[in-house]
Amino acid sequence: MTEAAYRLRDVTKSYGDREVLNVRALDIERGEVLGVVGPSGSGKSTLLRLLNFLELPTSGHIEFGGYVTNGTGVAPLHIRRKVTTVFQRPVLLNTTVYNNVAFGLQLRGCKRSREKVYEALEWVGLVQAANQRARTLSGGEAQRVALARALVIEPEVLLLDEPTANLDPCNVSLIEEIIRHLNEEKRTTITLVTHNVFQAKRLADRVALLLEGKVIEVGATADFFANPRDPRAAAFVRGDLIY
Amino acid sequence: MGDIYRGLAQAIHLIVTGDPELTQITLLSLKVTGIALLFSTLVGVPLGSFMGLRRFFGRHLVIVLLYTGMGFPPVVVGLFVYLMLSRAGPMGFLGWLFTPNAMIISQIIISFPLVAGFTMAAVMGVDPNLRQQVLSLGATQWQATLAVLREARVGVIVSIIAGFGSIISEVGSVMLVGGNIQGSTRVLTTAIVLETRKGNFDLAIALGLIVLGLSFIANALMLKLQGRTFHD
Repeated sequence: MTEAAYRLRDVTKSYGDREVLNVRALDIERGEVLGVVGPSGSGKSTLLRLLNFLELPTSGHIEFGGYVTNGTGVAPLHIRRKVTTVFQRPVLLNTTVYNNVAFGLQLRGCKRSREKVYEALEWVGLVQAANQRARTLSGGEAQRVALARALVIEPEVLLLDEPTANLDPCNVSLIEEIIRHLNEEKRTTITLVTHNVFQAKRLADRVALLLEGKVIEVGATADFFANPRDPRAAAFVRGDLIY
Repeated sequence: MGDIYRGLAQAIHLIVTGDPELTQITLLSLKVTGIALLFSTLVGVPLGSFMGLRRFFGRHLVIVLLYTGMGFPPVVVGLFVYLMLSRAGPMGFLGWLFTPNAMIISQIIISFPLVAGFTMAAVMGVDPNLRQQVLSLGATQWQATLAVLREARVGVIVSIIAGFGSIISEVGSVMLVGGNIQGSTRVLTTAIVLETRKGNFDLAIALGLIVLGLSFIANALMLKLQGRTFHD
């Protein structure tokens, strides 16, 4: 039996009176790629913010690496530093690509970071751009820098929030290849939020469908697409669920 | 035109030979403006950053006050400081009227809102998603704040340049509260007014060239300090 990286129990998140997430139970296994699919506004990004401990659940608890959220106070730094997110629209620092990738290591006071930075740049195929200003990069290159700055800190969990939205097909396949490689080689636990159901099919070991903040169905990728149990999941797989 | 050319030639001669009066006036100007700008920067940059980063009750009122301060006419500031420091005023006991201290106070009041206001605008101009992304990379709250401020550095430098520009060239308030006393409170701008009225165009032009030169040097230094950022 695989070990759970995360256990979510009765997790809700509300902003004012509006509840945007209500997850009764969800486990994310260590080393797996979990694809989270669902229409806009279904709570996917909120889920990622909770998993990254950038926000706290309104109720319920999230268990991660021996830490359990208690609804008050922020997660300890050493817990937060085991997880990172690559966002749909990366905001890079106004400096070189190298400095952007080295940033997470500097935050941790890492010495001898040069090798790690170049290793990360090699992963994303941007070694030649190390001294280039980050703001001069194309959208696809910027996203690859965002991936490099995330993987240089060797997170236990990598959260990806629509990492290939608005990118050209060439960059999409490049980034998908990096994600696959990362999971296979480093066994990084990955949670991939995507609109793109085909991307989830290509990359994920398991897929979860979120609708109106609730996990409607979760299962092994092949099973999820071949034999969806919930009628809404079936509609989603057929492409009948318009979003 | 002859007067102008003659004045210009003599002005250059005065500058090159280091005329004692010219030197004394220039040094006093630098001292008054430098201290005022230092104070405005030390208080204005942190305040502007705080205003840009935090939301709190009464923030809008503070912003309105800052923006109002950015448009203060120097002569009105001079009048206010004069009334405060005059013998009958609430701070008359300090005995600062017609001293460089009074000039520094009025220049702080003029430059501080500019430094704080432009810093606030620069910090608010940083992509709000940056903070969350930096936190996601494992930054502490303090490290995330520093990252946002670093991204706003060009705007912060511009705020200091704006503060400097507003006081090195202002004449209204320093004339009122300093009194343009020779060897004591006479600075570049008040001396220009006086020498022009007296018909000493050579000295007036020399003083004017120095104001322009100082402004140019300060701006060039600021640009140098912030490195390549303007090329991005």
